[in-house]
Amino acid sequence: MENFSLILAIVVVTALAFDFTNGFHDTANAMATTISTGALKPKVAVAMSAVLNLVGAFLSVEVANTISKGLVDETGIRPEVIFAALVGAILWNLLTWLVGLPSSSSHALMGGLIGATIASAGVGAVHGDVLVTKVLIPAIAAPLVAGLAALLATRLTYSLGKKADGNASKKGYRAGQIASAGLVSLAHGTNDAQKTMGIITLALVAGGTLAPDSDPPMWVILSAGVAIALGTYLGGWRIIRTMGKGLTDLQPQQGFAAQTSAATVILASSHLGFSLSTTHSVSGAVMGAGLGRKGGVVRWSTATRMFVAWGLTLPAAALVGAIAEYVTGFGSWGTAVVAVFLVASSAAIWKISRREVVDHTNVNETDEPAGVVTTAIAAVTPPPAGTAAEDLTATIPAPSSEPTPSQAGV
Amino acid sequence: MKIDWAALGSVFGVSLVVTVALVGLFTLGIAGLSRQEKATAQGGSAALAVTGAYACFAACAGAVAYGIYLIVA
Repeated sequence: MENFSLILAIVVVTALAFDFTNGFHDTANAMATTISTGALKPKVAVAMSAVLNLVGAFLSVEVANTISKGLVDETGIRPEVIFAALVGAILWNLLTWLVGLPSSSSHALMGGLIGATIASAGVGAVHGDVLVTKVLIPAIAAPLVAGLAALLATRLTYSLGKKADGNASKKGYRAGQIASAGLVSLAHGTNDAQKTMGIITLALVAGGTLAPDSDPPMWVILSAGVAIALGTYLGGWRIIRTMGKGLTDLQPQQGFAAQTSAATVILASSHLGFSLSTTHSVSGAVMGAGLGRKGGVVRWSTATRMFVAWGLTLPAAALVGAIAEYVTGFGSWGTAVVAVFLVASSAAIWKISRREVVDHTNVNETDEPAGVVTTAIAAVTPPPAGTAAEDLTATIPAPSSEPTPSQAGV
Repeated sequence: MKIDWAALGSVFGVSLVVTVALVGLFTLGIAGLSRQEKATAQGGSAALAVTGAYACFAACAGAVAYGIYLIVA
């Protein structure tokens, strides 16, 4: 491991930090429905998801290879670029977590990477067509596919299971939900832990420690798996609450239909070579399940906020990534400034989040379903003072101006 | 720019069919078990319903196994 410079070490640590935020951001995907329908106790659910994520991380390196070999030109990339990209992705993940909105961690990562690459090597270094085929179209297709499948499945399970009640059906739906949630967790581990492995590998290649086109080394796989599992176990309770309770009220039948649809879409898409985002699939499936039950209601105000966040993910992360890359361009002290900025704004976001704590004890409370999100946004609107202010405002204006006071329940 | 409509279409079709089929099978299984529950409560039994239910669950378990295989492979 010669040439292991300081900047490379910083990149690796930042990548693992991103992996951690990715884990707690995406716990909701696998476990929100299971928790909100009461199939598993919150702590048990996140523990199970964490273990499966860890297992998933060791299963293959396919995804890691696509990310380290696909999206941008490997040749012109310096470790600073990857560092800047990660800064953009982490900040966006933390912000969306603060306001409790599920958004795609992969889009955040790609956005950061694209922004930093543009700032460093110009627009030419980004493969525009890859952007459209791998990011834009899947983002639109995933919720539609998963939503429609979940809607039909919900209708079917209600009409077929009309006479089924009592213990047998309660136990049955519980088991079904746990199984499909487990599949989603496992798939998530193979996908998202590998994205970090891909990034670290890309950095090692860019820094000259690894030969181009190498597979990720063992210590990379191990640390990425552990980081994502820890993040998952910590649990992004705010997002779980939005997904499990905020979008719609789920009954066990709906939870089962939604999670099965999501698991199927994720597996089918990654196997058939048209990868869809886990977050988008699960959110779509939950909404579809909400529409599928007679009298079921989707809270479109919450859903709209979520869609806006999806649309902003890539440009916002790209913007922060580009600014960070510009600042690191001033040399070592620039990099230091960005690192301090990252730590300071993360701490600020965490501090704001403590004003209204959401954890495993109150994750299913829905006294104010949409209000939770609105208050969180209201708390951010005057952005934290200090150096963090300028860049934070640049990333949040749209979500903060968009939501009107909650009209939940319609 | 080349958009792989065929792949997208097959993702759409496969997801739809598999989801609906799995959820349908599983619900049938649950319905079978719950019918047996009622029958036992009244002192009878519903052997056919139970057999059907376990067949449905076996098919679902098969699908989950295939899912894990897809993840690992």
